[in-house]
Amino acid sequence: MNKNSNKYTFIFASVMVVIVAVLLSLAAIGLGPYQAQNVKAEKMQDILSSIGVISDAGQAEKLFNQHIKEQLVLNSKGQPVTNGITAFDVDLKKELDKVRTGKADEQLFPLFVFNKDAKLYYVIPVRGKGLWGPIWGYVALEGDRNTVYGASFGHKGETPGLGAEIDTEGFEKQFAGKKILDESGNFVSVKVIKGGASPEDAHGVDAISGGTITSNGVSEMLKRTLASYVPYFKTVDGKEAQAKL
Amino acid sequence: MSTEVVIQPAKKVKAPKEPLLSARNKKLLKDPINDGNPITVQVLGICSALAVTVQMKPSIVMALSVMAVCAFSNFTISLIRNAIPNRIRIIVQLVVVAALVILVDQVLKAFVYDVSKQLSVFVGLIITNCIIMGRLEAFAMGNKPAPALLDGIGNGVGYGLILVIVSAVRELFGSGKLMGFQVVPDAFYKMGYANNGLAILPPMALIVVGIIIWIQRSRNTKLIEPK
Repeated sequence: MNKNSNKYTFIFASVMVVIVAVLLSLAAIGLGPYQAQNVKAEKMQDILSSIGVISDAGQAEKLFNQHIKEQLVLNSKGQPVTNGITAFDVDLKKELDKVRTGKADEQLFPLFVFNKDAKLYYVIPVRGKGLWGPIWGYVALEGDRNTVYGASFGHKGETPGLGAEIDTEGFEKQFAGKKILDESGNFVSVKVIKGGASPEDAHGVDAISGGTITSNGVSEMLKRTLASYVPYFKTVDGKEAQAKL
Repeated sequence: MSTEVVIQPAKKVKAPKEPLLSARNKKLLKDPINDGNPITVQVLGICSALAVTVQMKPSIVMALSVMAVCAFSNFTISLIRNAIPNRIRIIVQLVVVAALVILVDQVLKAFVYDVSKQLSVFVGLIITNCIIMGRLEAFAMGNKPAPALLDGIGNGVGYGLILVIVSAVRELFGSGKLMGFQVVPDAFYKMGYANNGLAILPPMALIVVGIIIWIQRSRNTKLIEPK
C-alpha cells in the first residue's frame, strides 16, 4: 500500500486515535477510585485542620470519623433537611451555581458538627471568588456558635506572595477568637480590613497588603456564607435556652 | 520456591545481533548525561527546569516522569516508524507523547497526590518539552526500538540529573532543607544565618544552570565552540 496516499493516512490516523482513546479510558477507569480517595482524604484533612486536628492523608478518614458528631444539610431557610445527602457529599460549587441560575431557594448548606475534647465545634465550608479564580475554606465556630475557633483557606491560583498568602498560617491564625455576632446578637461576620484591624476589633482581621481583591473576596465569602447559617444557629440557641429552663 | 531451571531450546542465530549494551548503545545512554546534555548543552526544557526546582521532591518526580515519557515515546515511535505516514508524522508523535503524559499525570494523581498538586500544570506541559519531540524527530524516526529506548532513558537521565542538582542547591540555600528534611542546624540561624530568598525564585534556577554549564565547559573542552 502506498504510505503517502490519503487513504493510508486517514486509516492510520483513525486506528491510532481509537487505540489511544481505549488506552486512556482504561487508565482513567482503573485509576479513578484511587484519585477519588485522594480528593476525599484531602477534603477531610482541610476540614479537620480548621478545628486544629492535623492529620496526614492516611489517617484523615479515621480521625474524621472519630471526631465527627453530626453532619447536617440546611436549606435556604436554615432548616435541616433529610433527603439522603450527607454534608460531606454536597458540592459547594454546584450549590453556588444555583444562585446564578435563579434557583437560590434550592440551595443547600452543609454543616459539620465535631466533638473534640468534649467540646462542640461547628465547621462551615465557605466558597467565593478571589482575583484569578475560586477561593474556599472552612470556618470552625466554638460551641457558642459565635466565636471563631479556627479557619483554613485555599485557592486555585491567587498571586504568589500576595493573594496566595490567604492559605498561610499567619493569615488563618488571625481569625481565632473573632466573633460573627455583635453584642446584641446581630450578624456582622468577620471582615478582612485593608490597612489593618485594631486589636480590639472582634470582627476584623488584617488584610494582605497587595492582595486587596483576594482579601475582599474572603470578606464577601464569609459574610454571604455565614449569614445563611445564622437562622439555624438561632433555633439551636432557642432550644438550648429552653432546655436550661 | 521452585528452583527448576527451564532449559530453553537454542535459538537460531540469524544475523550477528548487536548486544543491548554494546559500546555504541552505551554511548547513547552516557552521551546525554555530559557531552549532549539536553539542558546544559542543547539548552532545551529550560522552562520546566525553572518552574519545578524549588524543592527536590517535585523535581525528582518530574525527572522520573520526563524519563518515562521520553523513553516510552521513543520506543513506541521507533516501533511504528516504518508505518507512520510522513505527512502526519509530527501529529503522530504528538499523539503518542500526549497519551503518555496523560497516563503519567493520572498515575501521579492516584499515587502521589500531594506532589502532583505541586507540579500542577507542569506535568501536562511535558507534552511541549522540546527534549521529547526533539529526540523523536532526531533519533526514534531513524533507529531501531532498543537503541531508541536507551536514547530516551539517557536523555531523561541527563535532564533529570540537572533538575536534581539545581533543586538541591535551591532547596538547601532557599529553605535550609533537602528532600523536606532540615539540614541547616538551628544553631546557624541563631548565629544570624538567613535563608536566601532569591534561591526560591525562578531566576536562581537560571543562575545555577549557568554555573553548571560553566563548570561543565571548563572540564570538557570539547564543548567550547571554536572561535
